[in-house]
Amino acid sequence: MLGQYLPILIFILLGIVMGVLPILGGWILGPKKPNKEKLAAYECGFPAFEDARLPFDVRYYLVAILFIIFDLETAFFVPWAVVLNDIGWFGFWAMMIFLGLLVIGFIYEWKKGALEWE
Amino acid sequence: MYLSTFFANATPALPEIALLSMTCIVLLADLFFSRLCPRIPYYLTQLALLGVICLSLCALNKPQTSAFFGMFMADPLSSLLNVFICLTSLFSFLYARSFLEETKMPLGEYYTLGLFSVLGMMLMVSSQNFLPLFLGLELQSLPLYAMIALRRSSGIASEAAMKYFIMGSLASAMLLYGISLLYGVTHSLSISEAAIIFSQGTATHNTVFACALVFIIAGIAFKFGAAPFHAWAPDVYQGAPSIVTLFLGSAPKIAMLGFTFKFLVQAMPTLQTQWQLFFIILAVLSMALGNIVAVVQTNFKRMLAYSSISHMGYMLLGLISGTQAGYAAATFYIIAYAFMTLAGFAMIALLSKAGVEAESIKDFQGLNYKHPWLAFLVMVVMFSMAGVPPTIGFFAKLSVLQALVQVDLVWLAALALIFSVIGAYYYIAVIKTMYFDQPEKSTPFPTLPLDATIAISVNGLLLLILGLFPSGLIELCNKVFL
Repeated sequence: MLGQYLPILIFILLGIVMGVLPILGGWILGPKKPNKEKLAAYECGFPAFEDARLPFDVRYYLVAILFIIFDLETAFFVPWAVVLNDIGWFGFWAMMIFLGLLVIGFIYEWKKGALEWE
Repeated sequence: MYLSTFFANATPALPEIALLSMTCIVLLADLFFSRLCPRIPYYLTQLALLGVICLSLCALNKPQTSAFFGMFMADPLSSLLNVFICLTSLFSFLYARSFLEETKMPLGEYYTLGLFSVLGMMLMVSSQNFLPLFLGLELQSLPLYAMIALRRSSGIASEAAMKYFIMGSLASAMLLYGISLLYGVTHSLSISEAAIIFSQGTATHNTVFACALVFIIAGIAFKFGAAPFHAWAPDVYQGAPSIVTLFLGSAPKIAMLGFTFKFLVQAMPTLQTQWQLFFIILAVLSMALGNIVAVVQTNFKRMLAYSSISHMGYMLLGLISGTQAGYAAATFYIIAYAFMTLAGFAMIALLSKAGVEAESIKDFQGLNYKHPWLAFLVMVVMFSMAGVPPTIGFFAKLSVLQALVQVDLVWLAALALIFSVIGAYYYIAVIKTMYFDQPEKSTPFPTLPLDATIAISVNGLLLLILGLFPSGLIELCNKVFL
């Protein structure tokens, strides 16, 4: 009865081993030259500990907004690709038109210099 | 080959497709050729609108045809509204050009955003499903928020944009909630299917439907700027640059009427008694508040904002009557209103000096001594708004009141007349300021751009000519409802 769960136990153990092994390997084999930046908590582009209400560079928002459009595009593409056989050429061209509109938007943001960080 | 069959399915949506393509071309042309010819987005925009007007005129006599699996439907009403949406936008964009160049606002962005907004309006009048309808509404609103904030140096414009954005989002949220409740009642998002379900009469006697109706009507009233959902209108109209105000005060209202027809007339034709009362309250409050508060305004833009609130009240009277004649009268009213508003705000933009708008009524003092022709045009606009014959405003008011009397709502018609008399006071006060007051001091008169001067003359005379010969437009409005 309990034997049925043996594969799952093996799976869990294998998962733990697969996760722990690279970390252990890196810890044993890797060179250790710590400095202050390396030991600090990871934070994207900011000092890790300071007031939460600090003025934000507006370019973060710009990049975030531009990113989310293409992120959503991907979210759109995956289900479309899965059912492409069923929706046929109508679905194909509908998506191509959508893609074309996005490309025009992309050309606009590129040409306007929204992608340059200076 | 496959692409051609794709487009063969989409022929009823040809005006919309053409406009979308042209909008993309305008965007790209602004990017790549604006160095060579800074006005190229402007020329292409006007060309696009002219093209769409022609396409919609061609579709005016065709029977209704649907496309995109019943999501989209072109019928005579949507074609008629499309024609006037594009025509009023064409005038707005024409008035805007010189002001944009003078104040160095981004020209390409103004026109691209404007065209996207027009596309949204066209979807609002021709979608046959609640979801595309809502998408059209959002596509219409979102560019407008950005257009108001286009003049970044102006604090009051940013404030107006913020207010409009928050209130507009609130209205959209209410509408969407109403739509979701409606979906709960009918189990369908299609307007045609909803109409069938409502006509069976089983789905409508419950609280959920009542809630849906309340939310939808509140959302619609918000977007119209009808009292008691009007609070955003005066601040937004005043804060936005006049060239944006004249756009957002005219064409979107026409589209909003088409949107309302979709919801109330096409989806729930048998439930007129249920929504009538809401609209009576909205109309009476709008007429009262708009006309009475406008009396004390000293800012011309604010006064016109209150005047637009009252006009929305009058327009709703046509809907209240619930007859074909009433709907035609509401359509006629909204078209007349759009042209009057356009001319009123265009005058403010035209008389602006070095980017400072002539928005105080005092700026019009003694206009007759400086520029008698412009003064005459303002007088026509004011008389038309007040509903004095022989202007188009008179016939607009006459037809909605006629529709009311036909369904025995005489008390409402009488009330509308009383408020109309109150309204006449502040319109005539402007005329008095122009003709009987001396100009304050000899300030230099701004040089008027030729194209905008011709446009405002055509626009003003149109109010007069359509008032002298209104039968053509009235027949057209009647025909699309038969």
